[in-house]
Amino acid sequence: MSRDSNKNRHLNRLRLANAGLLAGMFGMLSGAANAAWQLNLQEPVTAAAKRVYDLHTLLTWIIFIIFAGVFAVVAYSLVFHRKSKGHQAADFHDNTTVELAWTIVPALILIAIAFPATSALVNMRDTSQPDLTVKVTGYQWKWGYEYLTGDAAGVKFMSVLSTPRDQIENKAPKGEHYLLEVDRPLVVPVGKKVRILTTATDVIHNWSVPAFAVKTDAVPGFLRDTWFRADKEGTYRGQCSELCGKDHGFMPVVVEVVSDEKYAAWVADQKQQMAAATDDPNKIWKLDELVARGEKVYTANCASCHQANGQGLPPVFPALDGSKIVKGPKEGHLDIVINGKPGTAMAAYGPQLSDTDIAAVVAYERNAWTNKLGEVIQPAEVKARRGK
Amino acid sequence: MQATHTAGHAGDHHHDDHAHYPSGWKRWVTTTNHKDIGSMYLWFSFVMFLVGGAMSLIIRAELFSPGLQYVSPEFYNQMLTLHALIMVFGAIMPAFVGFANWMIPMMIGASDMAFARMNNWSFWLLPPAAILLTVSIFVPGGAAGTGWTLYPPLSVQMGIGMDMTIFAVHILGMSSIMGSINIVTTILNLRAPGMTLMKMPLFCWTWLVTGFLLIASMPILAGAVTMLLTDRHFGTTFFNAAGGGDPVLFQHIFWFFGHPEVYIIALPAFGVVSHVIPAFSRKHLFGYASMVYAIAAIGLISFFVWAHHMYVTGIPLTGQLYFMYATMLIAVPTGVKVFNWVTTMWRGSLTFETPMLFALGFLVLFTIGGLTGLVLAITAVDIQLQDTYYVVAHFHYVMVAGALFSAYAGLYFWLPKWTGHMYNEGLGKLHFWLSIIFFNIAFFPQHFLGLAGMPRRIPDYSQQFADFNVVSSVGAFGFGLSQLLVLIVVFQALKGGAKAGSRPWDGAHGLEWTVPSPAPYHTFEDPPAFNVAEAHT
Repeated sequence: MSRDSNKNRHLNRLRLANAGLLAGMFGMLSGAANAAWQLNLQEPVTAAAKRVYDLHTLLTWIIFIIFAGVFAVVAYSLVFHRKSKGHQAADFHDNTTVELAWTIVPALILIAIAFPATSALVNMRDTSQPDLTVKVTGYQWKWGYEYLTGDAAGVKFMSVLSTPRDQIENKAPKGEHYLLEVDRPLVVPVGKKVRILTTATDVIHNWSVPAFAVKTDAVPGFLRDTWFRADKEGTYRGQCSELCGKDHGFMPVVVEVVSDEKYAAWVADQKQQMAAATDDPNKIWKLDELVARGEKVYTANCASCHQANGQGLPPVFPALDGSKIVKGPKEGHLDIVINGKPGTAMAAYGPQLSDTDIAAVVAYERNAWTNKLGEVIQPAEVKARRGK
Repeated sequence: MQATHTAGHAGDHHHDDHAHYPSGWKRWVTTTNHKDIGSMYLWFSFVMFLVGGAMSLIIRAELFSPGLQYVSPEFYNQMLTLHALIMVFGAIMPAFVGFANWMIPMMIGASDMAFARMNNWSFWLLPPAAILLTVSIFVPGGAAGTGWTLYPPLSVQMGIGMDMTIFAVHILGMSSIMGSINIVTTILNLRAPGMTLMKMPLFCWTWLVTGFLLIASMPILAGAVTMLLTDRHFGTTFFNAAGGGDPVLFQHIFWFFGHPEVYIIALPAFGVVSHVIPAFSRKHLFGYASMVYAIAAIGLISFFVWAHHMYVTGIPLTGQLYFMYATMLIAVPTGVKVFNWVTTMWRGSLTFETPMLFALGFLVLFTIGGLTGLVLAITAVDIQLQDTYYVVAHFHYVMVAGALFSAYAGLYFWLPKWTGHMYNEGLGKLHFWLSIIFFNIAFFPQHFLGLAGMPRRIPDYSQQFADFNVVSSVGAFGFGLSQLLVLIVVFQALKGGAKAGSRPWDGAHGLEWTVPSPAPYHTFEDPPAFNVAEAHT
């Protein structure tokens, strides 16, 4: 007897432990943002994201309870209404009351869910009265940020994956923020309403930061908007969330939320850098310095398709080494870099790169690999081709 | 009227039970027999299932660990696109058309499908489409790497593989439209005298509604991909803002097809389960009439919820609200169906042969998929989960544990009728248990990956996602390999085994169980008397 009751107690404890585990599995644990085996949504850092988090928790409980209720009935049948236990089948096949009840009760539950669901959504879509506005442009495969209002108005830059190729190809150990790190993150002040305008130049991308519950398509030729107000300083990471071609998995979103002071310092620094980085458009460049600069531009903008060795990935991404266009007249070469090639993945780099950078990259392509043309291209020539 | 017509039709046929058909390959190419065509659909579907499954294993191998291991990102994109297109259009849809061909005439007491020659053509359109899709991997530029949704402008950038995909979709659409016209006509016109619509087997009801969904939605898909084709090659700008078009327009058109498509797959699966559960509960289906109304309601509402796939595209707030409410509404008829199945088992006399096991697996896992669908219907939450692995987990619970498990339930249920032999019950049960365990190992962790923020359609991921991806890949390989068991089961049953009687399942009702097993080449050349004992109500 006593051994039996011990056994029962033991079983009960096991059952309790199982119930706890199940509750955990159904998303009640809030794991840290980067923890492995994370079971739930990332920790929210905006009020809107908190509401989404709570709404999701509520929904998960509701569906868990419905599931448990329905399958408790099934489990009872499976155990007690077996033919092997000699159970005889009853003969009933309609019951209007029951059928009406299980049509109406779920409808009422749904109506109850609709209230918090509606108010959370209405709040998420209210982009009015922002403290600052940033335009986000999706490119294959990087993000462009341009501050439209606020202290940083006029600051703009590209944000590119900074994970080294060797890590992706398993030739080097992977870093802590593998694939979720960029050269230049978006920097915003804490506690300020940031309105994000999204668009794209080539295909549809999606700008997403889970900690803010923000996810909005960037549609070429159209503007969409969303917003967030981060309550906590820190670095928040997301990824492009709409399949956008080959390197869709390699264009992360990184947002640094900083204090007002740090933000002011960052803005001042950006403005200074922009002034310093402005090239003298009339400078006459020598071939070797131009090619050296061009190689950097090429690596950042061109190598993911045309490859570092210039062989491309034909036929979608043609080789530049020995290419007719690259070895042909430089006007044709400049035109395709400035204007892109419609209907292909070749984007127009005119709006993205300065005259000097375009001159450098074209000069690099015309002198790299086996393309030893020995030609120098000056920024002034690029300026002359623009708009043609 | 009904009776006269049916009798007249049957009278046109030969009145002998001997099969007259050419031997060898000619039999299969020229056949107009619904049983032959049904078998061909099912074999085709299984071959495509293996091809699409192999592709998914390439995907899961690549995702086994972070970093790029086996395939390039562009090939990875092609694999995920073809996996989806082949599974949806090549495996699941033809499987249920195969069941419809085999079973609907026998269930309603018709001698064959209404348009027997068109039936042949509907099937023989499939292989060329499948060849176009699979061969597109080998053309310059490879297959379409856009995801099965083919969103422009990305799909405008693709090579000739995209054109092959568009052409394949056109052909598959033609096949589906002809197939569904045939099924609808057969059901409406060739029922045995006395079998009114509300006495018809539920599988026929699900296919009647599915047929209308196909007829209404397939031309829309054909239109969408045709516009894509002209944007690609003939200078139109339907989906290009530079010419006054809008890329999001494609998504509206695609999902106006795409959402009914979900139910085109799900409804016949509901139909199969509605036969299997009563048979092994030894009871009548509970709530036949409400089942029919639920099927019709689901079919109708499925046309008005398409933009819940597009919550993050920038549709207006009012649009998001409308589509959220409409989507939530679908939970009501779906709930009714689940409750009816559960009540059918209640106080039954249950046994657990393989078809029943798969139907139960369907019931549990499809319900999970339906409930996560309710979570995804809520726009604010969907914005967090859109395009993450949560969505991947959700639709695999609906498509694999829903449609595929239901198809297996149907296969094991009707295999004795088709082959005349009982299958190997031990192997069947092994197949079920391996499938359900590995399925959950493969797909349940994907809910967590999605919640943590892992986007879908990426060949490489950050390290925080590594652990669950290992689990998922192990599950996927286990699941894939277990599916080969069904091949052994089917071959064994074709070769021999215990003889099956005309009604191998004592709880099964319906005219299909009144003919001998294996079913003779021609059945019901004279319309049978419809006996109320065989009715489902």
